[in-house]
Amino acid sequence: MADEKILTHDAYSENLFKDAEKNPENLLVVKNLKKYFPIKSSFFKMTVGNVKAVDGISFKIKRGTTMGLVGESGCGKSTIGRTILRLQDKTDGEVFFNGQDIFKLSKAELRAIRPSIQIIFQDPYSSLSPRLPVGEIIGEAVREHNIVPPEEFDDYITRVMEACGLAEYHKDRYPHEFSGGQRQRICIARALALNPDFILCDEPVSALDVSIQAQIINLLRDLQKQFGLTYLFISHDLSVVEHISDTVGVMYLGNMVEFAETDKIYSKPLHPYTQALFSAIPVPDPDYKMNRIILEGSIPSPANPPSGCKFHTRCKDCMEVCKYVRPDFKEVEPEHYCACHLYNDAKRSAEMAILVKEAKAAEAEAEQNKKKK
Amino acid sequence: MAKNDELKKTSQIPEEPEKKKKKSAYISGRDSRRITRFNRKVTKKLEKQRAAANKNPDLYMTRMRDQNNVVEFDNVCTYFFTDIGTVKAVDGISFDVPKCSTVGVVGESGCGKSVTSLSLMQLLQRPTGQVVGGEIRLNIGNGQAYNIVNTPMEKMQELRGNSISMIFQEPMTSLNPVFRIGFQVDEVIKLHNPDMTDEEVKARTLEMLELVGIANKEGVYSMYPHELSGGMRQRICIAIALACSPGIIIADEPTTALDVTIQAQILDLLQNLKDKINSSIMLITHDLGVVAGMADYVVVMYAGRVIEKGTAEDIFHHPAHPYTIGLMKSKPVVGKKVDELYNIPGAVPNPVDMPNYCYFRDRCEMHCDMCHGKYPPEIKISDTHIVSCYRYYEEGQILGYPKTVNVEDL
Repeated sequence: MADEKILTHDAYSENLFKDAEKNPENLLVVKNLKKYFPIKSSFFKMTVGNVKAVDGISFKIKRGTTMGLVGESGCGKSTIGRTILRLQDKTDGEVFFNGQDIFKLSKAELRAIRPSIQIIFQDPYSSLSPRLPVGEIIGEAVREHNIVPPEEFDDYITRVMEACGLAEYHKDRYPHEFSGGQRQRICIARALALNPDFILCDEPVSALDVSIQAQIINLLRDLQKQFGLTYLFISHDLSVVEHISDTVGVMYLGNMVEFAETDKIYSKPLHPYTQALFSAIPVPDPDYKMNRIILEGSIPSPANPPSGCKFHTRCKDCMEVCKYVRPDFKEVEPEHYCACHLYNDAKRSAEMAILVKEAKAAEAEAEQNKKKK
Repeated sequence: MAKNDELKKTSQIPEEPEKKKKKSAYISGRDSRRITRFNRKVTKKLEKQRAAANKNPDLYMTRMRDQNNVVEFDNVCTYFFTDIGTVKAVDGISFDVPKCSTVGVVGESGCGKSVTSLSLMQLLQRPTGQVVGGEIRLNIGNGQAYNIVNTPMEKMQELRGNSISMIFQEPMTSLNPVFRIGFQVDEVIKLHNPDMTDEEVKARTLEMLELVGIANKEGVYSMYPHELSGGMRQRICIAIALACSPGIIIADEPTTALDVTIQAQILDLLQNLKDKINSSIMLITHDLGVVAGMADYVVVMYAGRVIEKGTAEDIFHHPAHPYTIGLMKSKPVVGKKVDELYNIPGAVPNPVDMPNYCYFRDRCEMHCDMCHGKYPPEIKISDTHIVSCYRYYEEGQILGYPKTVNVEDL
C-alpha cells in the first residue's frame, strides 16, 4: 500500500472522463478546467495571490440535451461559461467541443467554430446595442460569417425572427422600443441566426417577470426540439433549472460538488450542500411544511478558500478528513458524480487517512517554523 | 409576378400594427405642451391643497375602521403626472394590514406594488407623484390614527423609522458606504429617542445586531458596509428597520438580490423577529414561493389595482381570478413535472391609456360577455376571499366598485 503512489486530486479527475471526447454523442466535454484571476498588489503590480474562480471542474454534455448549472452568486458559474467559449483564457484543463480542444485552435480555426457556439446574456437591457436596428443586430454576425448568400439574407433574418416569436415589421425598430421579454427574444434570435449547435444561456430569465419567464422558457424548449440545440443553462433559480434541464451540475466556490441527471439529483441529492440548497427552495403552497436545512454563515472568499473540502466550514456532516484533504469528484452511482468524503470507498479512505497524517505533519512543521522565526 | 406578391406581403403586414403603435406612442408638440400645462396646473393645485391640509389636524387625524389593523388602505389613488400623460400607478386599492401578521403583496413589475409602499411612507417624488384620492390610515393607538396622505412633513419624520420602517431590495445601495455600520444604526435610535445617552444608544445597537444574528457584533459595529457580504448587509438593514420596534415593516423584495440559501436565512430571521417585537410585515415580492412560506394574507395586484385578496390558504389553494391562476401555472415548481409551462398571452396594457373595461380582459382566456362592461366590482366569494372578476358575479356578494379619481376634475 505504502509504495503504491496515491493519486492526486488532479490526476483522479483527469481519469474521470477519459476519452469521453472521442464519443461523438458528447458535444462538450470539460476536463479539470481551472481559471484563476491574479490579485495584484497595488504597489509593484506583483501577483500576491489568486482568486480561484473555477478550480478543477469536469462535466460533459450530450448532444441535444440541456445541462443546468446552479450555485450561489460568486461560485464561478459565469466564469465557466466564458472560459468554455474562450472569451477568456484558461489556467489549466481541457475543453473539447465536437472532439476538438478549443484552446488548441488557431485564430482562424476558432473563428470558424465560433458560429456554432453562441451565448445569450442575462440582461437584455444592456446586451443589445442601442444604436442598431433589430434586423441589423440579428444579421450582423450572419453577414460576417457568410451563413447565407446575400440575396437570401433578408428572408433568412425574417425566418429566424419568426421562429423566435418576432414579427417582420420589428426589423427596423430599435431595442428601446421593446419590452424585456421581447428583447430577450431578440437576443435568442441573434444567437440562433448563426445556426449554432450549442448555446450558452447565462441566466436568460433572471431579469424577467414570472409570466414572461414562462414564455422564454417555452421558446427555448421549442427551439431545442426544432433545431436539435444543446444548452448549458446557467441559473440560480432551481425550479427553472429542474424544468428545463436533463442533467444538473451544482457548484460551490469554484468546485463542482455534484453532477447527475435532473431526476436523480432532485429526488436524491448526495452532497450535503446540494441537500441544503434544495431544501431552501420556496414552494408556493402555504401548507407545505418546509424542512429547511439552514446553512450557517455565508460563502467564504474565493481568494482565501478553506483548506480541504471548501464546504467544510458550513457542512453538517463535517469529518476530520474534510478539513485537510480535498475530496475527489467521483462517480458514486452510475452517472451520478459527487465530490464528498462521505462516499469514499474503503481503499480510497485508507489513502485519505495517510494524506490526512501528512497534512497534519506539514501543518505542525509550519507552525514550529513560525514560532522559531 | 412572384416579386409582386412578395411586395404585397411586405407592404400588407407592417401597416396595421404600426398605425396602432403610433396612436399610443407618438405625441405631437401641441399635445406635449397641453399635457405639460395641465400637469403644472394640477400639481400646483394639489400642492396648495396639501399645504392647507397639513396645517389642519382635523384633516390628518382620523379614526381606524377596525382597531385591530395597523394600516388601512382605503381607495388609495396615486397618480404620476408625467410628460406623456397621467400614469395611474395605483388606482383605487383597498386592503388592511392586521396587527402581528404578514401581508404579502404580489404582482409583476410595474403593477404598483412599490408605489403602494412609497405612498405609505410618503416618499413619492413630488410634485410629479401625488396621492390624489383615498386615505391611508396608520394606527397609533388609543383609537387615534394618522391619515398619511395629509400628514405634514415634521410628523412624518417622527413616524418614519419609528412606526413604519422599510427594508429595501438592494442592501448595498440602501446603506451609506462612507459611514460605519454602528453609526448608521445609532443614527436611527438617536433620532427617535433624543433622551438616550450615547452609551445607551450603543448598547441598544449592539443588542439589535445580536438580534439579527450577527455573531461578531463589536467587530461589525466599526466596519464599513463594503466589508460585509450581501446577507450580512441585509441583516444590518433589518436591524436598522427594527431598531425602534415599528408597528409595521415594509419589506420591498428583501431577498430578490440574495442567493437561495441566504434567502432562507433572511426569511427565517424576519419571521422570528416579527413575533419577538409584535409588528406586522408588508412583504412585497414577485416570488410566489416566498409569499406562500411567509404570509398570512395575500394581495394580488395587476396594473395598479387589487384583483384578488384573501388568506394565503384562499389564494394558493382556491385561486379565483384568471390572472392569479395563470401566474401560479406559469411558475415551474420543484417536484411537479409539466411538459410546457402555461404562459399568459399578451402584455400589460399601457399605463397612460388604460381601458375602461377589466384590465385583464384582453389577456384572459376565460372572459365572458359581462367583461365588456365596466371594470368589475369587488366580489366576496367567502368571508376572507375577495376577487374582482365577473365570473363570480352571480354566486358572490358585490361589495362595490373601486373608487377612482377623474383626472379632468382635479
